[in-house]
Amino acid sequence: MTADAGVTADVASRLTDFVAALRAHGVRVGTGETVDAARAVEALGLADRELLREGLAATLLHTTGQRQVFDPVFDLYFPHGVGGPEGEAADRDDLRDRLAAALTANDSAWMGRLAIEAVDGFGGYGSSPASDGWSSYQTLDRIRPQTLLARVRAEVRAQSGESGFADRLLDDEIRRRIEVFRALVAAEARRRVAERRGRDEIARRAVAPTADRVDFLYAGKDRLAELRRTVQPIARKLATRLAARRRRAARGSIDLRRTLRGSLSTGGVPMRPVLRRRRPVRPELVLLCDVSGSVSGFSDFTMLLVQALHDQFSKLRVFAFVNRIDEVTGLLEHGVADSEGLGARIRSEATLTGWHGSSDYGVALGEFAERYGDAVGPRTTVFVLGDARTNLSDPNLAAVRQIAGRARRVYWLNPEPRPQWGTGDSAAPAYAELVEMHECRTARQLGALIARLLPV
Amino acid sequence: MFTSVDDVSARLAETGYLASPAVATTVFLADRLGKPLLVEGPAGVGKTELAKAVAQVAQARLVRLQCYEGVDESRALYEWNHAKQLLRISAGRDETWDATRTDIFSEEFLLARPLLTAIRGDDPKVLLIDETDKADVEVEGLLLEVLSDFQVTVPELGTVTATRRPFVVLTSNATRELSEALRRRCLFLHIGFPEEELERRIVRMKVPGIDAALAESVVRVVGALRAMDLRKVPSVAETIDWARTLLALGADTLDEDIVRDTLGVLLKHQDDVLKAAAKLDLDAV
Repeated sequence: MTADAGVTADVASRLTDFVAALRAHGVRVGTGETVDAARAVEALGLADRELLREGLAATLLHTTGQRQVFDPVFDLYFPHGVGGPEGEAADRDDLRDRLAAALTANDSAWMGRLAIEAVDGFGGYGSSPASDGWSSYQTLDRIRPQTLLARVRAEVRAQSGESGFADRLLDDEIRRRIEVFRALVAAEARRRVAERRGRDEIARRAVAPTADRVDFLYAGKDRLAELRRTVQPIARKLATRLAARRRRAARGSIDLRRTLRGSLSTGGVPMRPVLRRRRPVRPELVLLCDVSGSVSGFSDFTMLLVQALHDQFSKLRVFAFVNRIDEVTGLLEHGVADSEGLGARIRSEATLTGWHGSSDYGVALGEFAERYGDAVGPRTTVFVLGDARTNLSDPNLAAVRQIAGRARRVYWLNPEPRPQWGTGDSAAPAYAELVEMHECRTARQLGALIARLLPV
Repeated sequence: MFTSVDDVSARLAETGYLASPAVATTVFLADRLGKPLLVEGPAGVGKTELAKAVAQVAQARLVRLQCYEGVDESRALYEWNHAKQLLRISAGRDETWDATRTDIFSEEFLLARPLLTAIRGDDPKVLLIDETDKADVEVEGLLLEVLSDFQVTVPELGTVTATRRPFVVLTSNATRELSEALRRRCLFLHIGFPEEELERRIVRMKVPGIDAALAESVVRVVGALRAMDLRKVPSVAETIDWARTLLALGADTLDEDIVRDTLGVLLKHQDDVLKAAAKLDLDAV
């Protein structure tokens, strides 16, 4: 296939670079889609950047989550301009005045122009060509858009003149507008840096991955919130998949006894084969979650996911531990609507720590085997969620062996990357010899693992 | 069908569908590139409406395949009319076997289901495959042949190829991940919640007679609810319902009482209602 005649070689190579950058972020784009994208460029023209953006998104993307990677990469490969703005660098107070006016008017095009000016005026650092660059952090630190809140509020009120019901929403709305401005500044700073350092490198490094590929252990607060929102869809998908698996399993083998019994009425000829009806096994699930500070993002998320799968399991029991263990199943059920406070509630209401506050797998697992041993039976699947970092105390392998011996299966999900297992105080290799241990760093991995490992 | 993206927006607007730039661009491309359009998004943002609007603009017949669990070839593609075939056989008792055989497998005895209907004939058609994610995986395989080559093979009749390609819209609520193969054949469009400005225009178009200031407040409150962490955030359909409710109650401005009394129109879970009431500073519900 050749590039369409209407698309020049320059645009074509830009497009293929762009596609390569998307692929580097895990967006699967085939050659067919690239050709489609070229045809879209041809149909839409290059005059309107927003049309081009939507056109490329429609042809290259396949799922909703990919859009988050797409937009920053698009801004790098199809920038709105080259270099800094014309004219004198703006004075800080003047810029803040105009920003306040733009926020009041809620005019995002205007805010975009101000972001360009702000990065140009306040974002530059370094003096030698090798080390200089543009920083969104520095820009925002100097402009301080968040301090404009009160002023914008007063101006909006003065303009609308009345204080209706919607007035109470104003603060949040202005905060959202300020967030928009911050995002614009970040995009602009990335663009300026990319001009200097080369687009491909910045596209690879400075664009955040999609939520399901974020490492649990290193995810920031806002990414974790985003991850939580992915819980419901994942749970729903898993639930339908489990249901389908069960349905398939229901088409069973022939029940010979009942078939022969039925054939008596037709003179011994088995006219109607009777299938063996399988009783749907309601599997039991026990979760042991490390909720110490080092893995908190991971365990919160996992518990939410399992809780969302709750109705699939007749018996789900969740235990949390740091260096002592306690059952938190009740807390989870109450917390349907409130996902944020879950971790905090568990830490405040359950007895998880003894004399000190650091995690101790040996003691916690030993206590589980002793106090809650009857929670584990031959139909139980046990999931242990944690990084297996024992703070150099005894890993208590005997307790794990005891649990593994009693349960149907035991799986250990470890949020640390595999190469780090066994480094420092990690007892992961020792545990991995006794139970099946899986690396589980991202929501994507977790979804795949749960689907594979969950008993049906 | 369309000359430019602006043309798409203008003509969709005439039918009462206000399209965002993303929607208009993608519809334009789907028409130009002749590819099916896969629309995803939360419930109630107008995915199905889009197909209907396009059909109206193109003065095309809307052929709809509603997917559900267990939909199969005979519901989606075609089926032989067995009863009629039997009648035909018993009516012509003296005929030779060859004559009967060629006769009962002819067009007359074929029941065309949506996919075949959309492909046959010369009049313009819009094929809407609704809630594709509800269908089983096997149906996706069926769709692949139809959507990439626009042809259907009926063993007794031969291959039916579309003389005029229908404009295809698939919708999905993402309850199940559609296969990569199906996604590749489609243009992808995510319809999210509209921008404030657009939603205001939608409300004023769908609820004529609503006061401009009230429409603005309605959209702002809905926007605030969407920013909250709720189990089910209100969609555009709920916004319109709420606006209609307010109009019916004769409210011309929002106040605490009326919001509290009508919050149930927007939110469908009791704990959502409680949470929203707390955040919006409504007094005890």
